[in-house]
Amino acid sequence: MSALKFAKALPASTFARSAAQRAYSAAATGEALKKTVLHDYHVENGGKMVPFAGWSMPVQYSNLGVGASHNWTRNNASVFDVSHMLATRITGKDRVKFYETITVADIENLPVGSSTLSVFTNENGGIIDDTIICKHQDSLYVVSNAGCADKDLAHIRAHLKAFQNKGGDVDLKIIDDHQLIAIQGPKAAAVIEELVGKSLQDFPFMDGRFMTIKGIECHVARSGYTGEDGFEISVPNSDAVEFTKMLIADPRVELAGLGARDSLRLEAGLCLYGNDLDETTTPVEAGLTWTIGKRRRAEGGFLGAEKIQEQLKNGVTRRRIGLVVQGAPAREGAPIYANGELVGKVTSGCPSPSTKKNVAMGYVKNGVHKSGTELEVEVRGRKQKAVVTKMPFVPAGYHKV
Amino acid sequence: MKLPADLKYTASHEWVRVEPDGVVTIGITDHAQEALGDIVFLELPTEGTKIAAGKALAVIESVKAASDIYAPISGEILEINEQLADEPGAVNADPYAAWLLKMKPSSEAEFASLMDAEAYRQSIGS
Repeated sequence: MSALKFAKALPASTFARSAAQRAYSAAATGEALKKTVLHDYHVENGGKMVPFAGWSMPVQYSNLGVGASHNWTRNNASVFDVSHMLATRITGKDRVKFYETITVADIENLPVGSSTLSVFTNENGGIIDDTIICKHQDSLYVVSNAGCADKDLAHIRAHLKAFQNKGGDVDLKIIDDHQLIAIQGPKAAAVIEELVGKSLQDFPFMDGRFMTIKGIECHVARSGYTGEDGFEISVPNSDAVEFTKMLIADPRVELAGLGARDSLRLEAGLCLYGNDLDETTTPVEAGLTWTIGKRRRAEGGFLGAEKIQEQLKNGVTRRRIGLVVQGAPAREGAPIYANGELVGKVTSGCPSPSTKKNVAMGYVKNGVHKSGTELEVEVRGRKQKAVVTKMPFVPAGYHKV
Repeated sequence: MKLPADLKYTASHEWVRVEPDGVVTIGITDHAQEALGDIVFLELPTEGTKIAAGKALAVIESVKAASDIYAPISGEILEINEQLADEPGAVNADPYAAWLLKMKPSSEAEFASLMDAEAYRQSIGS
């Protein structure tokens, strides 16, 4: 409660109380923070560095506050360093079969060059992490959360070994010779089009392509975590700083940090692992049933399939919802009531710069989850009106071909 | 960074102005508003509340987080700045004009614990 008492560390200490709280705790162990290739570039450009999931990352930059950076991304384009995320390449002829044993995705029927949001599940159907899987001709390109990197790798490798021991042909390689740089916002496509000198109109959202941008060989995924059109670009370490400078040289582009990233993803209704998803939550409860391919629902064959199939058949007892809250913003942990009865809690919440309302997501008992349901959220001992609201809270700007 | 010389300051980044009638006006410093970023909501105490120095007095919410504001001195809340309910961003625009509340101090002896502008400037290292 003493955020203002430590003004010099204010961005870190205030942000540490908000959505990414768990991820920040890694800093308290005293371990040295990891740095991305862009670390010094962030500092030179006014980045306020904070510990995040064991990494030193910019929460914001001195030229724009979090709200202004958020609005800039919604109207123009922003660059985010997301190199701390875990990127892996999966090879071997049985790679699809193996990944279907540990995720709920229908990778078999995913077109080559396309990607999907998915989840790694445990034996109880709980979510170990959320992930993006991109299917290429010869491999899978898989990105998951920095904060889950160690446990993801331990989990995947344990199952990988068992799979290999049964004669399965699959291999995993961590991609540590590339940085991941996201450019997000309605003007992101125009910025990249100018650099590559051709239209990207036929490049669908959630597709991934190998492209050469100003002589730099990149993997470009049309995806992101802001609700806007945009790209997540994997760039060789040696070119990462020059590449970022090239993006920032465009007057439509500003640097953005973790602060804006969090409010942008929340408005877009996207989950933050550790807050909105965890190992006790199934994809059905989390509103991520759509990530489970139809074939996978019928056939199962992934960890926790029995539990998930049972929930799909008989329903769930709690569900993830969006809320618009009156009065003070409701943050992580705020209790949710229906007619005086405790029915759940908020898992992420903030004042929304785009809508000027307080938005939140959380879990409530099945039955009080329908859009328009009036609930109450308790903030500092006071119950405030909150209405269940369909997400995203802002219209999605994803590119349609 | 603006630090008016006629105000007193706290290490927790509140400013205090002692009015001629002995009432004190309280706000947050330029340094605090800048570090907090866009202020979107203020929760102020009700008039008549009695509070001890150092206790949480109000809450300021930015997009990032909720932060406590502490009572610089002990006393009773006389008045809150109602205009901030509709326009919390006024604190960012001019933190010394956008006062938060007025208090009746219970002991003038506590004023001695407050910093002058120069001491506060040194405490924030600017």
